[in-house]
Amino acid sequence: MNCFKAAFAAGIALATLTGAALAQGKPQEIKIGITTFLSGPASVFGVPAKAAAEMIAEDLNKKGGIGGVPVKLSFVDEGAGGEALVSNYRRMVQDEKVDATFASISSGSCNQLVPVAEDLKVMNFMWDCGAASILETKKYRYNFRTQANGTPEMLAVLVYLLKTKPDFKTIAVVNQDYAWGRESWEIFSTALKAMKPDVQVVAELFPKFGAPDYSTEVSRLLALRPDVVLTTSWGGDLDTLVRQAGQRGLLQQSTFVLAIGESSIQRLGKDLPEGLIVGARGDHWFLHPEKKNDPAFKAFAEAFKAKTGAWPIYPVYHMAQAFTALQTVYEKAIKANGGNWPTREQVVDATSGTEFATGFGRPITLRPEDNQGLEAQLVGVTKAVPGYDFKLLDNMMIFDPKVITNPAGQRSVDWLKTLKPDFVKMDVPTFKQ
Amino acid sequence: MNSTLAILAVLDGISYAALVFLVSVGLSLIFGVLRVVNVAHGSLYAFGAYLAATFSLAIAPISPWLTYPALLAASIVIGVVCGGFIERFLLRPLYGRDDVLQLLITFAAFMIMDNLQRLIWGVQPIFAAEPLKLLPNISVFGVNYTSYQVLLLPGVALATLFGLRYFLRKTLAGAVILAVTEDREASTAIGIDAQRVYFLTFVIGASFAALGGALASPTTSLVPGMGADMIVLSFAVAATAGLGQIEGTALTALMIGLTRAFVIYLQPEFEVLVPYLLMVLVLLVRPFGLFGAVQVRKI
Repeated sequence: MNCFKAAFAAGIALATLTGAALAQGKPQEIKIGITTFLSGPASVFGVPAKAAAEMIAEDLNKKGGIGGVPVKLSFVDEGAGGEALVSNYRRMVQDEKVDATFASISSGSCNQLVPVAEDLKVMNFMWDCGAASILETKKYRYNFRTQANGTPEMLAVLVYLLKTKPDFKTIAVVNQDYAWGRESWEIFSTALKAMKPDVQVVAELFPKFGAPDYSTEVSRLLALRPDVVLTTSWGGDLDTLVRQAGQRGLLQQSTFVLAIGESSIQRLGKDLPEGLIVGARGDHWFLHPEKKNDPAFKAFAEAFKAKTGAWPIYPVYHMAQAFTALQTVYEKAIKANGGNWPTREQVVDATSGTEFATGFGRPITLRPEDNQGLEAQLVGVTKAVPGYDFKLLDNMMIFDPKVITNPAGQRSVDWLKTLKPDFVKMDVPTFKQ
Repeated sequence: MNSTLAILAVLDGISYAALVFLVSVGLSLIFGVLRVVNVAHGSLYAFGAYLAATFSLAIAPISPWLTYPALLAASIVIGVVCGGFIERFLLRPLYGRDDVLQLLITFAAFMIMDNLQRLIWGVQPIFAAEPLKLLPNISVFGVNYTSYQVLLLPGVALATLFGLRYFLRKTLAGAVILAVTEDREASTAIGIDAQRVYFLTFVIGASFAALGGALASPTTSLVPGMGADMIVLSFAVAATAGLGQIEGTALTALMIGLTRAFVIYLQPEFEVLVPYLLMVLVLLVRPFGLFGAVQVRKI
């Protein structure tokens, strides 16, 4: 009997010790450091994304967090400038000891922070920046992009244009004069030359980033009469360009392509006419044709509108992608670790090649060769629909990311040059509003 | 470039110049009288634009034509309230002290106002085009222009230029301002209240910045950071003209507007450089600006 008691007591003690050991391994919280624009013109993306992050974290914590651990967020303003951003990022990682970071919106910020994350050995999700080159030139262990990059984003828009308006002869571009404006045009024009070499580029206009007035550009385009006008501008710049072009009849004269215009549709309201081609920077749309009847999708969109006054735009969904990716890889790492809490390195090991689904669009895969996210692309054309005081997207095409993303190990521009006119003939599902 | 395109470029240049002049002339006037480079001028421009848009959006449902008085009202409110506050409480304690302090305090005001702007109006772009929509379009060689941009803005700029000239040269208040500008000590000795002159001048200069913003509001999206761009541009104009030179500011704004328009038609990649290239070229030849004069230093 005494032996039995002793064995029982030893068992209890062992179980308690084991439990204590496991409890010790599990942290009190998962700290996530997020860089986003809280000031400057890009705060039109950064502030809604922050609102989304707070909503998602709150919801996640209500459901028990990740692997039973709540998440805690801290934010750094990308608008503070390069040096401040890097030092704040270092402080966040080294002093606050965040477990993972989501950085950043701007490709310039990503270019600065990616080597720092690699140096500090902290897992970083590039949650919104689009420069394709970042992951093409070097292989990283700790950096992953949880969305697409500029190459599939521009290519989807171009293929949509070629499929729906195949007979255009001339094109002009009005892009913001900074890295994104220049790089997106290089991608678009390289692919255009490869697939439709007879098109003449009649004007390449790069007004200053944040320019308050496009009157001269509009006059020049009215005089040139191009069949197509492309712009990859965003935010207030895009709004101003579209409105000034509309007031003077340019939108009616040429086919306008707003390559990342999804985020401006609600603001432009009645000033955005029908028939403009709009890209969504991913398959993001608050009335996503494959998801719009899903209760969770609708509930999120309505909750976001109630919180911020607007339907979600693409940075909101990009933020959601980063959260879902983090949750997915932690759960994968916990499982791979036999149910025990994983080390940081085990989480990083689990991230490469992961597929995750936000429920807000099609699933995304983090390509193991270069950690680049393969994300579907939605492109549509504006249409007036009763009940909405802004235009909706119609004739939406959703492009398969595997077809329109450059292969791992090949630079985007080199790959785009190899495309043939037949590339346009790919089958793409089309959805009515 | 054929003559048709040249005429289009001239129209575009004049329209742009008008807006630039309205903002720059306020900066120049303030420097001319107070010898203060007001960095917060950009914020006054942005506040003028935001308040004008707020007033316009509120009043348009009652009567769209009331949006024009709303633009003017917004300019005056910002000029008096914000401009008055900056002069009375931030600058006045610093007169006679190191110029760097004035620069720092106006920069601080700019930063605070930039944050206030986001706090009040948020970060999403705002647009209030009602005044512009009220006026018809004009066709020039088959190219549509809004009469707001090619007639109204240049008209207001010209009225401002001649009105300011008249005010400074033909009225007693203007004469007092010029007297203080020329010699503050002598003016004070004959009984002029220099403090009041400074206050009045700053409010007028701030109102011009706000008027520039208000008149820009129907044509552009109001976004965070819009003030920063304008302060850099208006400083380039004022410096090229010669600080404190009203007519010089008008001529420089016109030069920048026209050069910019022609550059966009001929070599668009150089557009961003235009104001600064002109500034460098002018200041290399005339370091005190196109219309500026060598300052005589009292010892």
